[in-house]
Amino acid sequence: METLWFALVAGMLAMYVVFDGFDLGAGIVHLYAGRSDRERRLVLQTIGPVWDGNEVWLLAAGGTLFFAFPVLYASSLSGFYLPLMMVLWLFMLRGLAIEFRHHFDNAVWRPFWDVVFAGSSALLAFFLGAALGNVVRGVPLDEEARFFLPLWTDFRTGAAPGILDWYTGLVGAGAFLALAEHGGWWVALKAGGEVQRRARAAARAAWWGVAAFTLVVTAVTFGLQPRVLARLSAHPWGLVFPAIALAGLAVTGWSGRLGEDRRAFLGSCAYLIGMLASVAFGLYPFVLPSSVDPSRGLDIYAAAAGPYGLRVGLAWFVPGMVLVTAYFVFTYRRLAGKTTMQEDGY
Amino acid sequence: MDSAQALHRLHFAFTITYHYLFPQLTMGLALVIFLWKTMALRTGEDRYNRAARFWTRIFAINFAMGVATGIPMQFQFGTNWARFAETAGGVIGQTLAMEGVYSFFLESTFLGLLLFGERRLGPRGHWFAALCVFAGSWLSGFFIVATNAWMQHPVGYTIDAAGRLQLASVWALLLNPWALWQYAHTMLGSVVTAGVVIGSVGAAYVLLGRHADAGRTFVRMGVPAGLIGSVLLAFPTGDTQGKMVAHNQPVTLAAMEGLFETVEGAPLAILGQPDMDRLELDNPLEVPRMLSFLTYQRWGAEVKGLKDFSREDWPQNIPLLYYSYHIMVGLGTIFIAILGVAALQLWRRRLFESRWTLWPLALLLPFPYIANTAGWMTAELGRQPWLIYGLMRTQEGFSANVSAGNAMFTLIGFMGMYTILSILFLLLVFRELEHGPQPDDAASTHAG
Repeated sequence: METLWFALVAGMLAMYVVFDGFDLGAGIVHLYAGRSDRERRLVLQTIGPVWDGNEVWLLAAGGTLFFAFPVLYASSLSGFYLPLMMVLWLFMLRGLAIEFRHHFDNAVWRPFWDVVFAGSSALLAFFLGAALGNVVRGVPLDEEARFFLPLWTDFRTGAAPGILDWYTGLVGAGAFLALAEHGGWWVALKAGGEVQRRARAAARAAWWGVAAFTLVVTAVTFGLQPRVLARLSAHPWGLVFPAIALAGLAVTGWSGRLGEDRRAFLGSCAYLIGMLASVAFGLYPFVLPSSVDPSRGLDIYAAAAGPYGLRVGLAWFVPGMVLVTAYFVFTYRRLAGKTTMQEDGY
Repeated sequence: MDSAQALHRLHFAFTITYHYLFPQLTMGLALVIFLWKTMALRTGEDRYNRAARFWTRIFAINFAMGVATGIPMQFQFGTNWARFAETAGGVIGQTLAMEGVYSFFLESTFLGLLLFGERRLGPRGHWFAALCVFAGSWLSGFFIVATNAWMQHPVGYTIDAAGRLQLASVWALLLNPWALWQYAHTMLGSVVTAGVVIGSVGAAYVLLGRHADAGRTFVRMGVPAGLIGSVLLAFPTGDTQGKMVAHNQPVTLAAMEGLFETVEGAPLAILGQPDMDRLELDNPLEVPRMLSFLTYQRWGAEVKGLKDFSREDWPQNIPLLYYSYHIMVGLGTIFIAILGVAALQLWRRRLFESRWTLWPLALLLPFPYIANTAGWMTAELGRQPWLIYGLMRTQEGFSANVSAGNAMFTLIGFMGMYTILSILFLLLVFRELEHGPQPDDAASTHAG
């Protein structure tokens, strides 16, 4: 039961990264892909009707994490206190930028929100990657599974790391590139004309960075967190996850060159899911490894809620997810094809 | 009080109080917009659609603010209240996760359609979008109130070997009697905010002589909605909650009422200032025996005063609790009076000529916000010194691994952020009010 909920929460987080990832990425390429106000409005309109729903995946995953693994929720949120609060502020600013930009039409208001939108999107992509890096590297857990990380110490990994060290910074940069590429393909898929051309160029350029970072980060991770390699060699079927990621990366690279935006975007989705699934598989059953003692850490059994709660949770979670799937199918089918510029809104 | 604890409490209090300024309007407004869409569908009169369109724009700005300030709330259980989250997550994580899965997705899917989809969806489809946004926001309210109600009156749990609370019955959690009454009371409070805001804006338009037709449509909806809500807030929902507090949290009742001595035939204090040094109520204005009657339906019933409870079980801030409660009840009474007169004049078809009634109505706008905030403060301060009533004290719940300095850093950050948000919010809302509902307001122009 704990394993099932581990997979469900990881799956929700993967959904979050795939869905909100493309609108964060659209934010990263926003200033480059859209030069005039009209072009920037087009970029915003490709994500306008969906960004809020995409972000809900994070809230829903957070809530599900709280109920299924309360000990992990308490430990990680208080331990990552400072960066988490900053991420919340960035989310606020970004939401306001998207929703408030179109209320006034003048040369100060709109460019200001454009920069806020692009800057907060870029920082969020970086921070989300750094957060993942922190989980993989591990944190200095005490006996009660508590810790508190400063923003940085000496930028080295080790027993007393900070949120930002060379490793988490590297993962953050990789996430920035991966989401820039992901969002670039989304904008290329939904927009036309110059915006499409520039978004494609940005995504193609980012692809090389993603490919390079994938190699480097993977190699470094195997050295830093030996558990991942050990899990993969003990259970070779788990290699299917990195294989999905690599296949996705290859498809994106190939289709991207041919200008097949749709396939390139789907390849990018597969890449993100494959990478996240590899991490989840590599850490399982741990959810928060210890940086002090590599053999210890918080695992799913110590972190989970009681058996009745987990069981009854399934009874409402499954129908809920069926509904959510229906909403998403409905929304994305309604918006299928190129985004046509609407004079009202965004 | 330990300063880290004080800062974590202030952190939550500040962010939740600010956050609740927005949902209290949007939940009530979602109902009103749905009613207007229904009336438009039934009667075919376009003024209802115009009213719905105008208020949907105000709704959208408020909703964006509610979402932006709501995201931190869910995470603060973990960031600032980690020991509480760990102990109680097995229970209240359920309702918070349900909110994410059942409400947030529903709202986010249909809000865009409500805002921009009127032309493409047609009248029925647009009505359905209004229904879904209404259902989503009211469900969201239920899950939050059920969470709070469980902290006020924990039910359906067991304590495991590690001392953590685990869910024992999901139905007990969802059908907690405290939750059902508190939910009704909270949602009615939201209806009153929406009714008064709509009625006030309508009255102001009529007084200004601008958008007067639309203003009259607003008043005809806002005044009855506000009046019905205000009356139901007092009875039965407020009355029943008072009795539940008397039964389950008797020390809270004594503190709310400023009752220091145990007496038979306890009076109801209308005014007065709790003097915590001499333990008495200064300058009391009281209705004799009324508290006994309201609580136990017997004029001579004994009501226990604060002095007969252990001091460590007293709420920490009795004067603030007392004032919050009295402000809520006092304002609620004033709403019934002003809205009652306005409704009477409306029924006699004299309201729109009566400046003496329109002026108080127009000036009423901020007061439901104050009353709702005071009501929540009563609930939260009244629960002290408990975080989960009878099970976990507040001092045992905050994140001991997050220092006072770090908590203050983020508190200041939120204060700065919310100052900017307030300025933007007021700017945009005043612009909408200034612009007003346009008679030629096409289906989805001038997006909000």
